[in-house]
Amino acid sequence: MDTSIPSSELEALDRVVVRFAGDSGDGIQLTGTQFASATALAGNDLATFPDYPAEIRAPAGTTFGVSAYQIQFGAGSVLTAGDEPDVLVALNPAALKVNLPAMREGALIIIDKGSFTPRNLQKAGFESNPLDDDTLTKYQVLALDISKLTLDAVDPFGLSKKEALRCKNMWTLGLMLWMFTRPRKPVIDWLTNKFAKNPVVRDANIAALNAGHAFGETAELGFHLPRYRIAPARVEPGEYRTVTGSQAIAWGIAAAGLKAGLKVFFGSYPITPASPILHELARMRMFNIETFQAEDEIAAICSAIGASYAGAIGVTSSSGPGIALKTEALGLAISVELPLVVINSQRGGPSTGLPTKTEQSDLYQAIFGRNGDAPMVVLAAATPGDCFDTAIEATRIALEHMVPVMLLTDGYIANAAEPWRIPDIDDIPPIANHKPAAGEITPPFNPFRRDPETLARPWVTPGMPELMHRIGGLEKSAETGNISYDPANHQKMTELRHEKVERVARFIPPQKVSHGDETGDLVVVGWGSTYGAIDQAVRLARSEGLKVSHIHLRHLFPLPANLGELLAGFDRVLVPELNMGQLATLLRDRYLLPVRQLNKVAGQPFKVREVLEAIHEAVAQDAPKAAE
Amino acid sequence: MNKPVKLSPKDFASDQEVRWCPGCGDYAILKGVQRTLAEIGADPATTVFVSGIGCSSRFPYYMATYGFHTIHGRAPAIATGIKLVNPKLDVWVITGDGDGLSIGGNHLLHALRRNVDLNIMLFNNEIYGLTKGQYSPTSEPGTRSPSTPYGSIDTPVSPCAFALGAKGRFIARTIDTHQKHLPDVLKRAHAHAGTSFIEIFQNCIVYNDGVFDDFAERSVRDERTIEVRHGEPLIFGTARDKGLRVDPTACRLTVVEIGKDGISESDILVHDETNPHLAQMLIEMRGPDFPVAIGVIHCIEGETYAEAYEAQTREILKKSGEPDFNSWIRRGHVWTVGKDGAHPEPAAE
Repeated sequence: MDTSIPSSELEALDRVVVRFAGDSGDGIQLTGTQFASATALAGNDLATFPDYPAEIRAPAGTTFGVSAYQIQFGAGSVLTAGDEPDVLVALNPAALKVNLPAMREGALIIIDKGSFTPRNLQKAGFESNPLDDDTLTKYQVLALDISKLTLDAVDPFGLSKKEALRCKNMWTLGLMLWMFTRPRKPVIDWLTNKFAKNPVVRDANIAALNAGHAFGETAELGFHLPRYRIAPARVEPGEYRTVTGSQAIAWGIAAAGLKAGLKVFFGSYPITPASPILHELARMRMFNIETFQAEDEIAAICSAIGASYAGAIGVTSSSGPGIALKTEALGLAISVELPLVVINSQRGGPSTGLPTKTEQSDLYQAIFGRNGDAPMVVLAAATPGDCFDTAIEATRIALEHMVPVMLLTDGYIANAAEPWRIPDIDDIPPIANHKPAAGEITPPFNPFRRDPETLARPWVTPGMPELMHRIGGLEKSAETGNISYDPANHQKMTELRHEKVERVARFIPPQKVSHGDETGDLVVVGWGSTYGAIDQAVRLARSEGLKVSHIHLRHLFPLPANLGELLAGFDRVLVPELNMGQLATLLRDRYLLPVRQLNKVAGQPFKVREVLEAIHEAVAQDAPKAAE
Repeated sequence: MNKPVKLSPKDFASDQEVRWCPGCGDYAILKGVQRTLAEIGADPATTVFVSGIGCSSRFPYYMATYGFHTIHGRAPAIATGIKLVNPKLDVWVITGDGDGLSIGGNHLLHALRRNVDLNIMLFNNEIYGLTKGQYSPTSEPGTRSPSTPYGSIDTPVSPCAFALGAKGRFIARTIDTHQKHLPDVLKRAHAHAGTSFIEIFQNCIVYNDGVFDDFAERSVRDERTIEVRHGEPLIFGTARDKGLRVDPTACRLTVVEIGKDGISESDILVHDETNPHLAQMLIEMRGPDFPVAIGVIHCIEGETYAEAYEAQTREILKKSGEPDFNSWIRRGHVWTVGKDGAHPEPAAE
């Protein structure tokens, strides 16, 4: 987008970044998701970034109570929510205060000046009214009394002033839909459905939406409102919808259950930002999914382990602090070699940290965070849509290898929405498991007799006749499965548990270069939700003529068998991560490579510009010599 | 299932050597459980023993059934997952006073209130055995142990009172060596649909020997315990000459002697296991003034978690019809992009 706001009647744009911001009580997340839905229906590719406070209802008007929703949409491929907004909608002074530093010069800022009261200005920490001083001179400012315009629009419905002002977000949405030529109908349909039981509120909201739209159309203030058209993106043919990472995880788990022909048992305890997975699966009971809200994180994983022991697909889900509590039980699942899927929607840490903000700092925890030598398979999803495929992959590995699998996502992809080409369940291959057929195994039965290829043990579940056996967290004899304190046996079993996880690498697809050539000056290696920012930065760098490629890892433990070979094709390795360098450490350890790091722990995703700058710096350096 | 015709208690013993200390009360319980399973005609293939950590939790290794020795305190949570996935299984949880009431207290609380159909046997020996003798949450105040060399100072928890407070619907007590009593209590527990909680007074011969001797020892047992039975008068004593009554002026139980002060058997309170207030009073009884209540103290019927879940699921399936995953993920706004990759222009506004 050009840095100046175009004034023509209908300006065509390639892509645009819009941020809605207001008080957490202003309905910003709803406004954002509805705008995203309308945008998806208009055929644009898009990526969103919901950013909201940990407090449910922070004191009104304060800076820490500001909620924001950013969306980038365009005619081409859109993989991130955008570095800097082109348009900011600030529904109160605090929202302006918090978001102004993110704005580039010349951006359009739409302000509800009706909320710029002395009290709100003071709460936001403005010493003078920014609408009157030179705070906003660098920007295009559209200051409207949205509060009053909303009150006027909903006046016929007899709402209290407080109720009436709650329609402010819909008025704003109406204006934005007009400004970006998005259809109003999906929002009206949504309101009609949401407020079906409260027709007055429904009609008031629709009236506010229409009034905002009409305001744009008639430009009552006598000046020209900008209006844009963003052509639909050209994408692969098929059916599309928007999906969040949490939805896609839930659906992936459900699909895996159907393809395995097994019940899914999902034991979970509420935690931000993982709970939406529980919510979605709880509605899907008709698909042979049992959700169980346990008394705590430990019971959540333990119930899932019990479920796996009894023959279902045990799944548990949490975020970092909850995963920490599950650690001992993870060791049990590793020791008794049961299939289990553990989902970690990572958030800022340590401790309670930043519950609603994103981070990738639980990679060490996933790979190393247990007592004893306790290896487990670790995967990470790259985008909201990729969560679907990765959840199926995690379940497949758990069942085919009789191992617990950790699936990492984070607050960003859990909440962010993107258009998703909807798969057909019939195209997904079936998932096998190690349950013996009747009579396939005869007593005496050793529960730790292994499949020679995968080293998986048979999945004999209570109820199978003749095969009664005992398992537990004490070390077991490799020969009989009985308790064994024999030194040589412990060595053997520890090595077997390692080998079993390492062998998963034989069954996963070889690592591919996500973008770029197989050799070059620099490879940027990423994992998880940084995919979009890295991809965009690498594309920009390549358009500048730099020999840069992007490798994005789904399989973090074990790493793909060919990764070392691939990395050897590049002079330099750069690992951008939303942590202090966890994958970087792993790669150095595994391949003895001098890895450059780009680390950000601000609770926010990478900006494309940040990755691009790190690429510039990396290629400017002399290529380091690989360790001898 | 090819169910054997008739199994003997020995058929429920695994081939593993039992490794409790010689003289441990656990041997008697193991024997009692194996006898019970034989008598109720249990199928080893559909019977599961789940335990946590501690001396008692080695129990599953000695049973020729399915068994899962899990982690400290978590057996009720793991057993819950097992039972919910396969409600046909007979699931027994073996725990102790430390495992069940200290580190695992939370899980015990919630298993009880959810009424998952589990049989939970809590071996109470008022001490930590496997970690070598520290005081436990059920130890009497003043218990001297390696971790409380000057005596413990905190109030112990009463396992059955805890279970009652957690809305447990089956609460019973028995004694490890009381081989006539223990299997009967276990049979009742097994027959009860829902969480059955059984506290077993179990002697730790090494670290807390004789802690229950004042009422559990064979020579005094009849005099100092009362075997409660639903619908029968609460009578005890070697000569069966003592009984319980409610003192109406204080809402308390009192011990009365039959044949004294004009008291006859018909004046004795009749046990009603469905009355939680009576259960509370019976649970609290302790010597020297009162006998210790053993037997089924409280039992009320109620829908189990699995029953409620299945009933709800039937309703959901009735409404949803044959579920279709492809339609489920296509609910809401869906748009189609044509073969040429072009998106149909949205209706202009």
